[in-house]
Amino acid sequence: MVDWILTRPDAWFGPVWGPAVFDTTANLAFIVAIVVPLLLCVAYLTLWERKFIGWIQIRIGPNRVGPLGLLQPIADGIKLLLKEIIVPTQASTQLFFVAPVMVLMPALAAWAVIPFAPEVVLADVNAGLLYLMAMTSLGVYGVIIAGWASNSKYAFLGAMRSAAQMVSYELAMGFSLVVVLMVSGSLNLSDIVNGQGRGSFAAKGLNFLSWNWLPLLPIVVVYFVSGVAETNRAPFDVVEGESEIVAGHMVEYSGMAFAMFFLGEYANMILISTLTAVMFFGGWQAPIDSALFNWLPPFGWLALKVFVVVTLFLWFRATFPRYRYDQIMRLGWKIFIPLTLAWIAVIGIWMQTPWSLWR
Amino acid sequence: MFETAIFYCFAAVLLFAALRVITARNPVHAALYLVLSFFTAAAIWMLLRAEFLAITLVLVYVGAVMVLFLFVVMMLDINLEQLREGFWSYLPLGATVGILMAFEMALMIGGRYFGFSEAPLKESAAGYSNTKALGRLLYTEYAFAFEIAAVILLVAIVAAVALTLRRRKGVKTQNPAEQTRVRRADRVELVSMPAERDR
Repeated sequence: MVDWILTRPDAWFGPVWGPAVFDTTANLAFIVAIVVPLLLCVAYLTLWERKFIGWIQIRIGPNRVGPLGLLQPIADGIKLLLKEIIVPTQASTQLFFVAPVMVLMPALAAWAVIPFAPEVVLADVNAGLLYLMAMTSLGVYGVIIAGWASNSKYAFLGAMRSAAQMVSYELAMGFSLVVVLMVSGSLNLSDIVNGQGRGSFAAKGLNFLSWNWLPLLPIVVVYFVSGVAETNRAPFDVVEGESEIVAGHMVEYSGMAFAMFFLGEYANMILISTLTAVMFFGGWQAPIDSALFNWLPPFGWLALKVFVVVTLFLWFRATFPRYRYDQIMRLGWKIFIPLTLAWIAVIGIWMQTPWSLWR
Repeated sequence: MFETAIFYCFAAVLLFAALRVITARNPVHAALYLVLSFFTAAAIWMLLRAEFLAITLVLVYVGAVMVLFLFVVMMLDINLEQLREGFWSYLPLGATVGILMAFEMALMIGGRYFGFSEAPLKESAAGYSNTKALGRLLYTEYAFAFEIAAVILLVAIVAAVALTLRRRKGVKTQNPAEQTRVRRADRVELVSMPAERDR
């Protein structure tokens, strides 16, 4: 049966186009297998956020639609789908509709190089880390285009704020990834995960002490906080500061177009959490190499780590008051970037000494 | 075969986008078409297995340079009539540059000059990393040229900062480090007063 299916493309399209058709179909199937669960995760992340923040604030959270409120995201989705999309007067109509796509596209495209388990990755490319940096740097376009195309001052101001903020924090993120790159000696994400499973602690079975978070401790914090700023989440959400500029770049959007921004934001949150887990917390590796921990499959460990990190995002939102804009810029340029630059030097020197952990 | 088909798709998009960069009436649209042409060019480089250069093109030009470019273009109030005024007087210069570029490209595509037409794409080994190979060359054989480029960039950064840096007087700024260092004793003074009798 499997053989029959595998030979069909060659039989139908000939030896020249057959392999191409086969590769395309297989890759498309894999992409669907990544994107559909991801979008479901995004939907249920919104529910988890409302529940979790509800519990923090001693409320119940959504509990009306379905058992325990579990159908709430579906109801929200249907509601947003059925709402009218209003285009502002004199808006640049084409760009107005391109913008939400430009927000969502990079957030989904970045998943191509993420290793979900050993050998389970859509594109096992050697420049995976670079690809990720390139894709996450594209997200800012959607925001800028949305702000400009809306023909609204609030939206434009929000877009300007966002562009400056995202460009600033991208530098800190990029430098943090440079440190990870230095210690792993590879741009391939699978190699980065595998590299974290080696070391004197990992040899004793204590994998979690060999992961990058311990030797690169300040960098983990810088990377994750920059990630929060990059996704425009609280406490760095001046981009959509309600008290100042209504809802920032998405103020003119309604219905499904607005929902796309929403999806993009949450997909980016999951992406940043996954990257934090992959770069610093050992990806799909179990924390302790023993039968007690190994019963959970590798993908389960990755999912668990991502869940914990993404919950931190929600915790931040419920805990911290919003930063002032100039303080955001100060944190990015005057603290994070010098810190990461200094840490590059520290790790560089450390790696040349006999006490280097990475050989 | 398949790669050739993809190449023609990208090439068509690239040509269309490049054409729209110079014909689009709205400067913001033109800048966005420039973004598209950068991105497509990166895709074509990827087809040539220059993945490091392709991704760096996206990262640097699309992700950083064009964002700032758009930033500026959106803020400016550009008068299209004024921009179009000098069209005929600049045409000879522009045409000369264009023809020169077309000539150079013809040389390249003809390929005899560099012998490109005889050199097929090398099939690379499984563990071959474009980035590693490029880095090794840059930091060994071309280390001197690379360092000169780095110094030029550093000078450019310093110059840019020096040109825009101006100290204004009377600006009230906060220093968060100072603010967090403040102790209660610095600000609050408890004064002991004798109790007053109710009137």
